[in-house]
Amino acid sequence: MSGIPAQADSCHREIVALEQVSYAFGSQQVIENLSFTARERDFVGLIGANGAGKTTLLRMIVGLLKPDRGQIRLFGTPAKSFKDWHLIGYVPQRKQFNPLFPATVREVVLSGLYGRGKLLKRLSKADALRAEDAMDTLHIGELADKRIGALSGGQQQRVFLARALINNPKLLILDEPMVGIDAETQQNFFHLLRHMHQRHNMTFLMVSHDMEMVRSYLGQEPKQVSGKLSFYVRHSHDLEDCVETDLLHTLRKEGT
Amino acid sequence: MTAEFFQRALIGGALIAVTAPLMGLFLVLRRLAMIGDTLSHVSIAGVALGFLINVYPVAVGLAFAIAASFAIEALRRTYRTFAELSIAIIMSGGIALASILFTVGRGYNMNVSSYLFGSIYTLDGTDLIVIAAVTAVVLAAVLLLKKELFLLTFEEEAAAVSGLPVRYFNVLISVLAALVISVSIKIVGALLVSALLTIPAACSLALAKSFRQAIALVVIVGEVSVIAGLWIAGIWSQAPGGTIVLVMIAALLLSLAARKISV
Repeated sequence: MSGIPAQADSCHREIVALEQVSYAFGSQQVIENLSFTARERDFVGLIGANGAGKTTLLRMIVGLLKPDRGQIRLFGTPAKSFKDWHLIGYVPQRKQFNPLFPATVREVVLSGLYGRGKLLKRLSKADALRAEDAMDTLHIGELADKRIGALSGGQQQRVFLARALINNPKLLILDEPMVGIDAETQQNFFHLLRHMHQRHNMTFLMVSHDMEMVRSYLGQEPKQVSGKLSFYVRHSHDLEDCVETDLLHTLRKEGT
Repeated sequence: MTAEFFQRALIGGALIAVTAPLMGLFLVLRRLAMIGDTLSHVSIAGVALGFLINVYPVAVGLAFAIAASFAIEALRRTYRTFAELSIAIIMSGGIALASILFTVGRGYNMNVSSYLFGSIYTLDGTDLIVIAAVTAVVLAAVLLLKKELFLLTFEEEAAAVSGLPVRYFNVLISVLAALVISVSIKIVGALLVSALLTIPAACSLALAKSFRQAIALVVIVGEVSVIAGLWIAGIWSQAPGGTIVLVMIAALLLSLAARKISV
């Protein structure tokens, strides 16, 4: 196993880098002088009380807010000029969507593909197959034609995860994924995330206020504390090389 | 019923019955249902000005509506969490301006009520061409961008994270809405434009299980109501704007009843 560390090291490129980032709402300084780097295959748990700036930070990382000062890099590229958004899967807070919205599970999962690259293009057969794959992987295949609002919280969360995974992303961002779902479903969902982290070349950034679950996997002590934000990090060394894999296919073969 | 004015009314109505409900669905899903009222009231201010300065009134109304839609977007960004505030402000501004222009125009034989309640029987050839052009633009935009519009209305944040230029899309939706609303005024009148935008969407939301169905349903409800409304108005010599809206409300009641049965 002696050759592995060097090889593994080489694929630990920087995924998200924050350099002395500050952000204020009016006179209220929310984030001050924050520097943090998430490397490939890190699982970062971002913990903080309400108003600590968790969501603000996520919104800055995905380009919805601009920092007042400092720089954010995604995959080594300054966020301003970052174009490869298909590398990022995003699972938003569930409360952000309207439960009466007329959309089926299939339509929502497919919408994960509607990025800049698909602008003005039609969906292909391959795209449709990918959506079926993603739904089967997350065991929501039978729900494909149901209206998203008619599903339980845990099922909805799986739909949003399927949508985030359809692009085979390298970075998965989850904003409070456990809110509003029952304890058992939370356990299953977290188990699924852990499994993906250990077996696949993926980096995770998860905002949560569930200390217990985060600590049980990421350790008792945060790697870094900045203001009211704590960063818990666990790195996975389980993969032996950096060969690109198609997440959905391997996930399915393993039968999660 | 075969009179030329009635046929023009049918053609104009049938075209608007596709575009207004379609844009209305997107507006309702984005929680901007009230924008229709606002843009139509600003638009009549433009129409009144068009009469006063002797320029094609629908075109001036259209320019006013587009300007108003930009103003709403700008105000919406200022008061990000109070989207309805910008709509209320611009609406009252529009009504205020329209009332002043109507007063100025009292001597010019300006028929105020035809803009408040519609005058579909006075559609002329130019009006029909403008309506057809607007219909073509709206249909082309919705067909070409339906995936992106879906994502944007379902969840603006996810659309931004997928790299879609969300700001341009928001402007596009507002401009398309302004186009549709300003040409709809002559059909149902400024006071009722919002019915054409929202009631078919309400029917569709009660029945549709998918986005695809929702789109098909708004167009069907819009089309059936406008044709039936015009026909009833023609037979019993009623105000067509009023009959169209009442037929739509009947369709809404039927949709709600149908949902009760199916649930």
